[in-house]
This record gives sequence, C-alpha cells and structure tokens, in this order.
Amino acid sequence: MTDTVAQVADAKAAPDTMAWDSGLRRLMMIYLPLGCFVLILLFPFYWMAITSFKPNAELMNYKEHNPFWISSPTLAHIKHLLFDTDYPRWLWTTMLVAIGATTLSLVASTLAAYAIERLRFRGSPYVGLGIYLAYLVPPSILFIPLATVVVQFGLFDSPLALILVYPTFLVPFCTWLLIGYFKSIPYELEECALVDGATRLQILRRITLPLAVPGLISAGIFSFTLSWNEFIYALAFIQSGANKTVPVAILTELVTGDVYQWGALMAGSLLGSLPVAIFYSLFVDYYVSSLTGAVKE
Amino acid sequence: MSVTTLSSPALAQRQPNWLVRLFDYKPFLIVMCLAPAIGLLAVFLTYPLGLGIWLAFTDTTIGRRGIFVGLDNFQYLLSDPLWWNAVFYSIVYTAIATFGKFALGFWLALLLNNHFPFKSLLRAIILLPWIVPTVLSALAFWWIYDPQFSIISYLLVDVLHWRTSNVDFLGSPWPARFSLIAANIWRGIPFVAISLLAGLQTISPSLYEAAMLDGASAWQRFRYITFPMMMPILAIVMTFSIIFTFTDFQLVYAITRGGPVNSTHLLATLAFQRGIAGGELGEGAAIAVSMIPFLVFATLFSYFGLARRKWQQGEAND
Repeated sequence: MTDTVAQVADAKAAPDTMAWDSGLRRLMMIYLPLGCFVLILLFPFYWMAITSFKPNAELMNYKEHNPFWISSPTLAHIKHLLFDTDYPRWLWTTMLVAIGATTLSLVASTLAAYAIERLRFRGSPYVGLGIYLAYLVPPSILFIPLATVVVQFGLFDSPLALILVYPTFLVPFCTWLLIGYFKSIPYELEECALVDGATRLQILRRITLPLAVPGLISAGIFSFTLSWNEFIYALAFIQSGANKTVPVAILTELVTGDVYQWGALMAGSLLGSLPVAIFYSLFVDYYVSSLTGAVKE
Repeated sequence: MSVTTLSSPALAQRQPNWLVRLFDYKPFLIVMCLAPAIGLLAVFLTYPLGLGIWLAFTDTTIGRRGIFVGLDNFQYLLSDPLWWNAVFYSIVYTAIATFGKFALGFWLALLLNNHFPFKSLLRAIILLPWIVPTVLSALAFWWIYDPQFSIISYLLVDVLHWRTSNVDFLGSPWPARFSLIAANIWRGIPFVAISLLAGLQTISPSLYEAAMLDGASAWQRFRYITFPMMMPILAIVMTFSIIFTFTDFQLVYAITRGGPVNSTHLLATLAFQRGIAGGELGEGAAIAVSMIPFLVFATLFSYFGLARRKWQQGEAND
C-alpha cells in the first residue's frame, strides 16, 4: 500500500528528481543484488584460478601476501600436473568417453524422437512417457547393480563401460529435447516429400535432420557436459589409475596423504573445467535457449 | 510423352532395392528407430533397476553370489543408527538446499528479467557453476573450507575482525552439514534461475499493465500475478531439483566423504561406502532401494503439478 502511495508521489514529483530517484532505486534493487550474485557465483572459480598460479610460499601465507592476488605467478603446479602425473591421459580418456557417449546418445535419441514424434504409432505417447520416466531414475540407485552388470559383460575397468552406460541418463534427456524440436518442424514439409516419392529415411536425412540442427547441437552440448561431469559410475567402474576420468582421478589420485597439494589440485580442477567451459561458450546461445525451451515445454 | 518424363524419375527411385523398401515399411522403421534407445535403456537401466531391487533382498557380496534373505537387509538398516542418520541428513540436505536454491534462484530470475546492458553475457556467465563438473567445483569449496587457510576465515578474522579464531567448517557435524548445503545451493542457483527466467518471460506484460492501472503494489503484482503464473514451472523444476538433491553423491563424496564421524552421509554415499567400498553389495543395494519410496513421492508431486498446469491452461492445450 505504502508503495502505491510512493509511486503516485513519484509520478507527481518533478521529472529530474524522479529520474534520480528511480535511478538510485534501480541501483539498489537490481544492480547491487545482481553484483552480489555474480561475485558469489564466480568467486570459487577465481579462487581456483588464483590458487593454480600461486607459488607454494604464497599459498599458505596470508600475513605477508594479499591472498586475493599473486605476487609472483608460477606455472609450477601446471607443469607438475602435466609432466609428473597421468593428467594428460585422464583428460584424453574423459574426452574420449564424453565424445563416445554423446555420439551414441545422439544417434539413439534422434531416431527415438523421430519415431515417437514423427512416425506416430499407437502407444507412442507411452513410449515417450517411459523414456521421460527413465530420466527420473538417478544414477545413485543404479550404480551397485550396474557394477555387477559391467563385470558380467567383462567391461570392468574399461572406458567402454562408461560410453555404454552414460546414455542411460543422456538418451532420456536428449530424446525429450529433440521431441520438442521435431514438433516445431511443420508436417507439411514431410508430406510434400512423401508425395514426391521420397522414402522415410530420405525424409529423415534430407529434411527433418537439417531442420533440427539447432536441437541436435544443444542435445550434443548437454550430453557432452553431462558426461564430463559424471562421477559415480566412473568412480565405481574404473579401477586402474590410467583409465580414470578427470573428476575421479583428481579426487582419488591427486589427493594423497595429509598434506594436500592445493596448487596442483586447483590447477587440475581448472584444466578439467576449461574444455567444458570453452565448449559451452561456443554454443552458449543454443544452450540457454534450449534449456529455457525445454522448461517451457 | 509427358507420361514417360513424369514416371521415369519416380521409377528410378522405386528401384526395388529390398532394403530401402523394408525401411519404408512403417512398423519395421518404427522398431528400427526405437531399438537403439530402448535397447540401451533396457540393458543398462531397466534390468539393473530390477537387479538392484533383487540384490536388496539377498546377502550378495563382491565375488560371491548371494542367497535370498527376505527383508533381513531392511530389518538391519532399521536398527542401524548410521542409516537413520543418512535418512535424516538426506532430508535436511534436500529441504534446506532446495529452499535456498529456489529462494535465491527465483530472486536472481526476477533480477535478470529486468532490462539492462550485457544481459545475455551475464546470463551466460551465471550458468558457469552449473556447467563446470561438480567434483571440480567441490574441490574449490573444499579448499575454501580449509580449516587453516580458508579464505572465509581470513575475511572474518583478519579483514573484518568479526571472529577471533578460524571457522572449523568441516571438522564438526553441524558446520560440515551446513557447509555442504551451502555448496549445493551455490551449484543449484543458476539452473533454477535460468529455468524460472524462462517461465517469467512467458507471462504476458498486459497482466502487469492491467494491475498497475488498478493500483496494485509491486508486492501485490508478485503475489497475485507472478507467483500463481509461475506455479506450474516451479512445480516441475522443483521436482527435478528435489530428486537430484536427495540422491546427490558427488558433493558430499568430494568434500567430506561422509565425515566427520559419519555425520554428513547421504543415502547415496552410505550406499557407496557399504556396497562398493565395503563389498556388501546386498546391503548397499538395500540402502539405494530405500531411496525409491521418496523418489516415487517426488514424481507423483510432479505428476500433480503437471495436472494442475493442464487444468490452468484448459484441457485442449496439450
């Protein structure tokens, strides 16, 4: 109520005071909180980055050095990571697993989404619902039985196990996303092609897929980032140090003893985050729009 | 003349390649299209889910096939204070973290819904905590929560002089629990904010204009327009958030591994400790299965959220 009165008063006040007042209010109500959000959301990354380049002497001495800045930056931690550990190998494995799982999921979910949304058969809504429900089954419930399945298939300790298992959470997500994209492509295009005598596969390859490229890109980014992020399966199914993915390896191979090498740990986290961050920044518009689109759906 | 020119390309296409014709047979095509997705999900999701439930009723350990023991595992869990503790902390963790994520995420979404320069850049930056692998940002939090060299302690003690000694974030149960919840909220805010922002953008500005004309205050506009219009999306996003917070694993495993004195075990980390690290597959599976009732409840919540949405938009709008 008081707010209403204030607004009415605003409107009656002289134009220049009004502008000043609303400017100040905007500053306090929008820019200040936004600034705080950005600061808090980004601070851990800043801290990660700054720790990676700090020499050990500065790392644990806040009395003589300002902890928020680096007096004499060093590449020692990164050098240690790249040359004294298996880090490049872990990065390579993670990349391989992420690309493999993404490719597999994209193929499987594109075909599934096409069948559910475009070929329309009796029961297609139920297949769609089933795939949606699969997304709600979290990895934390599945990892124990999956570990025994992986052992049965002789895939224990093999990155191939991860490539085959990651689609269980990628396929539901991508299918769901792609169904939305296929829905937005007009039927008439396909009908015309059918009348012209194109086969269904030709239609999929020449008409539907090219039009769904933005959807495919965003499904690809989601899959890639989700695979890169996955932890529990990689922790449970991979034993040998060399075959580990970056998140698991950092935690199990770099954290040794009681003295933590914070410089190397943070450098590892930073380098492990970079590929995803770069990949994401290339396609950020697709990412945001499809995320918002998926929710609107 | 015209007939032949018309039919010759069509003829060329209809060359009876039996494979092409088979793929043009709709039922076959449907089966082929669904096979990869359904196959993967059946082998690596449905089968393990069933196997997990079966394992929960056996005394299987790593390297030894178990025998059916009925409800023994669950009976044991009911008498296990660590399981009760994990249930308790899983609920506390989910409740507080979800509340925090949604309160702050909604606020951030409302802020981002205003017009200002560099908006899309800001949106992109804000999503970073959600993009970067959880374990890697969790490690940064571990370092931020370091007992001796925590930057938060430094700020509180040496810069602001609010405290006289360093905060022991991860050394005792309740501080450790809240530290993990804070890290979880930090990671969850971007997703909630961007999702809710999408919802905010679907609300027609004319509603606000009408309310302004009627003299509604900012709070009234939020309470009677924004909030009810956002209910459906809030319900869906919250369901996802609740499910994935309740079954969280990475953050806790990376930062405390369930310690100190097992106070921060979630059901998932306890299941890992017993099932994989401890080798008691049956018992671990039982702990994992004990999460299912909760998840079913959350899914039903989502279902009714969706039903409500249909009711709001009218039946025909699917």
